[in-house]
Amino acid sequence: MSDVKVSSPSRQSFSRRLFLLLGSMDLAITLLLALAIASIIGTLLQQNQPYADYVIKFGPFWFDVFETAGLYDVYSALWFLAILTLLVISTTVCVIRNGPSMIKDMWNLRTHVREKSLRVMHHNAQWLVTSESEPVVAVLEKGLSEEGFRVRQTVKEEGVLLSAMRGGMNRLGYIFTHVAIIVICIGGLLDSNLRIKFAEWQGDLKIETRDLASNDVPKESRLPVGNQAFRGSIQIPEGRTANVVFLALRDGYLVQELPFALKVEDFRIEHYATGQPKSFETDLVLYDNDLPEPLKTTIAVNHPLIHKGYAIYQSSFADGGTTLSMEAWPLDHRADQDVVSFEGKVFEKRQMSWGEQSLRLELNSFRPFNINPDPTEEDPDNLRNFGPSFGFKLRSETGEAKEYVNYMAPVMREGRAFYLSGVRSSPAEEFGYLYIPIDRQGGLKAFNQFLQRLHDVTSVEEVSKQMMLETLSQMSDTSGPRLQASLQETLTTLVTMFIRGGFTEVSQFIETSLPENQREKLGPAYLSMLREMLARLYFMDKDQTNPVTEAELLFLQDAADAIGSLSRYGSPVYLSLRDFDHVQASGLQIARAPGKVTVYVGCAFLILGVFILFYLPQRRFWVLVKQNNGESEIILAGMSNRNPRDFDMVFNQIVDKLRRASGNSDSH
Amino acid sequence: MTNYVTTMNKDSSPAAIQWSWWLLMVLAAGLLFSMYGPLLDGYEIGIVVFAAVGMALLGQNWPGFRIHLAAVTGLSLIAIQLYGTDLTAPETSFFLNYILASQSAIMWMSALFVMATFAYFVGLFARSEFTAKVGSALTWLATTMGMVGLMVRWRESYLISADVGHIPVSNLYEVFILFAVITALIYLFYERRYQTRALGGFVLLVISAAVAFQLWYTFGRNAADIQPLVPALQSYWMKIHVPANFVGYGAFSMAAMIGSAYLLTSWARSANPSGLMSTVMPDLIVMEDLMYKAIALGFAFFTVATVLGALWAAEAWGGYWSWDPKETWALIVWLNYAAWLHMRMIKGWHGRPMAWWAVIGLFVTLFAFLGVNMFLGGLHSYGEL
Repeated sequence: MSDVKVSSPSRQSFSRRLFLLLGSMDLAITLLLALAIASIIGTLLQQNQPYADYVIKFGPFWFDVFETAGLYDVYSALWFLAILTLLVISTTVCVIRNGPSMIKDMWNLRTHVREKSLRVMHHNAQWLVTSESEPVVAVLEKGLSEEGFRVRQTVKEEGVLLSAMRGGMNRLGYIFTHVAIIVICIGGLLDSNLRIKFAEWQGDLKIETRDLASNDVPKESRLPVGNQAFRGSIQIPEGRTANVVFLALRDGYLVQELPFALKVEDFRIEHYATGQPKSFETDLVLYDNDLPEPLKTTIAVNHPLIHKGYAIYQSSFADGGTTLSMEAWPLDHRADQDVVSFEGKVFEKRQMSWGEQSLRLELNSFRPFNINPDPTEEDPDNLRNFGPSFGFKLRSETGEAKEYVNYMAPVMREGRAFYLSGVRSSPAEEFGYLYIPIDRQGGLKAFNQFLQRLHDVTSVEEVSKQMMLETLSQMSDTSGPRLQASLQETLTTLVTMFIRGGFTEVSQFIETSLPENQREKLGPAYLSMLREMLARLYFMDKDQTNPVTEAELLFLQDAADAIGSLSRYGSPVYLSLRDFDHVQASGLQIARAPGKVTVYVGCAFLILGVFILFYLPQRRFWVLVKQNNGESEIILAGMSNRNPRDFDMVFNQIVDKLRRASGNSDSH
Repeated sequence: MTNYVTTMNKDSSPAAIQWSWWLLMVLAAGLLFSMYGPLLDGYEIGIVVFAAVGMALLGQNWPGFRIHLAAVTGLSLIAIQLYGTDLTAPETSFFLNYILASQSAIMWMSALFVMATFAYFVGLFARSEFTAKVGSALTWLATTMGMVGLMVRWRESYLISADVGHIPVSNLYEVFILFAVITALIYLFYERRYQTRALGGFVLLVISAAVAFQLWYTFGRNAADIQPLVPALQSYWMKIHVPANFVGYGAFSMAAMIGSAYLLTSWARSANPSGLMSTVMPDLIVMEDLMYKAIALGFAFFTVATVLGALWAAEAWGGYWSWDPKETWALIVWLNYAAWLHMRMIKGWHGRPMAWWAVIGLFVTLFAFLGVNMFLGGLHSYGEL
């Protein structure tokens, strides 16, 4: 691209002026910078997100404005493509305008230069030698050839002119780089979704926004097998087959049909010792009628399968509908009821009725293992495998949901085993954990029995009466029936409050209901009475001759802690995972890019061109040898189109060499 | 013609040395193939050949580089020998613990770069040629220690476990060392070529800044631990894409620092032509030329790196171009310097505006290098702060 001064624009035709404008350097630079600035937008605003997210972020007004401006998919917005197109046109005009003269210049040795112009060149030298011109010319020509110059001799009126050039290819650098940009953009255009946009604009295509099975997607949202470019993705569970991919587009998708079917046999994740993923691999079977037999292969990240120009990549993974066998242990007043066993699949949603509660169980995830930090004193970076877990949501009829994650295997904590379940009310929160102690048989029986007893009115009555009597018998005279009743009621209420809201609720009761002057004395008394009640209920049918062990006390404490936090846990059942059949889904990205070869060829030319342009300067020398009475006068001039500072040195070297070769070593 | 031209050094080494150097590189590559040939795939053989030719070319006329390479090779081999197969060897080996273990070598590099920066500035403003030479020597030492650190770290990663082993250009910590080393090497090349140490301090300032960041990153974020590679990075492309990129980043940074030296000198000369700054700095034309050379070099390598990145993306992400934030910012950097080069080569712009533009270019480059990882995420989020 070079700058051309337009002498009198008014006299030129409009098309000529447009041509000059399009090829002008100023426009080219403006477009380069405009493209750079426009590209920034797309990196600051996250592209191709669900439209609902944008509405939340910007509000309805700005959402519409930004949508009209195409800011959610800047790089295929019309105005962005317009800048690119203009840049391509501008570059093309430059190449058309300057290309031919550059190609000529690659070969042209410029044999028409005059003595006068040689003398005024920035780099020039002249000297005299005392010999005939013919041998001098021969020596000089040889000298220049040795330096890699192409030399031509022309006989002029004033003497013999040697025209020499090296690095004529430098001009190719210009042509390569600029043509490369055009080629790359055209290749990119072939691979863009412009065709889809056009079809949509014509009304032949409609973006599907509903959540449908691929077979149910109507024809106007399907793209038949063809040679067009696309890039889509699909998740295929192990053992299943698919012959389409989904192309995400704005707030919906299109279905692209494939000329073959893909079956995922197996998906594997390997891990490093530290638990980070090491490889994602899928065993694929490709069924294509053109193949003599199905193609079996394994793909991995960085190792796609390429078939008939379709590239199949390992891009993600998900659960493929793992079957979970669960037990629902009641945690509320139904604690005496039987444990219910049932099965479910990940991604399944089902309505459950537990007692009078009807909740929707949404099974969301399953993880075969969980390697989490578990710092110990010896090793603060210690990692531990917490075993399989599954995640689910319980949604009430009003639509509110709590999210849970339950671990299958018992987790050890201070030497005791627990079932672990995490809960949170929103994804923004951290999980809070419920630790349910496990009994000596390795199950939830003991915990469940204790819970049953706390809910059992008869047991609570019995224990509170017994405790009331024992307490009052220690006191001397105040054993009126009114006190008896009141104390027993207090004990029962404490237990009721505890199962409703744990120690927190009891403390709150103390804070709010007791007169301030008695609070300090009665508060601790209430809490120790409650503890005593819990212990008595726990040990109710224990053989009194056996001493109480520390293990039993610890279990009681853990169980009480767990029961105390059940109100915050919020689920009427604890779902215990008994067994699973792990099924994974492999996330494949499938792409067809017919413009890829074009783009790569363009890139190769770009690189070649850039290096030629910078590191292969075009250098020209002219030597005019004038014969003058047995003496020869030598006028030498040189020029370079790059790196003038480097050329200073090259020029001096050449001058020195030729001067010596021609038999003159005087200084000039 | 002005006199600086004659001080430009393009000396060739004697033919015998050139031949021996090439022979040495051929022998080294041959030795490597004879020892590990069966383990290498086609791409890796290509990379070895490419590296051997590259080092032969760099070293054939550049004595400093020859010594540097010999020192890096020797020290790295010693370290590997001392390590044996035991990652805990530094606990018992003095040399590993204090000098050659990757963390120690990198600490040495950091300290030496900062010292070199001071030496260059003292040499410049005290007009002490000797001190400036000390600056050059320290820079060579720092570069050597940095390179040794990278080599030893490479080996250490394999000592952790064979499947963890990988070339240390995979996260932000590692590429910062690479950045410091490559920028210093590019500078040293031009220091010899242009026979001026006046710009050393300026260029080393950006390296020292990188070192400061690196230290914070090491201690504030515990970033120095060797992490295994995520599947997306397990590719031979990483070995060439990342270093090519850092030749670009390094050269652009150097251009920006020379640009700021240019601006300071040009202000000083217009304010007080006989002042210290005005007299100790080289000709503005030299700086301008050097700035152009650095940007041209950076641009060429950045083009290569971006194309390599596209080739890799086509293999790992399912498309040669995804408008991922890092890709897009690479394009922005590329467009910016393309415009700069057009302005200079075709429109003939020069002087302060171009120096300013080179300085601004550093911020664009910096955003592409760091900002994208910090603020934008995307597919390239391998080094987060």
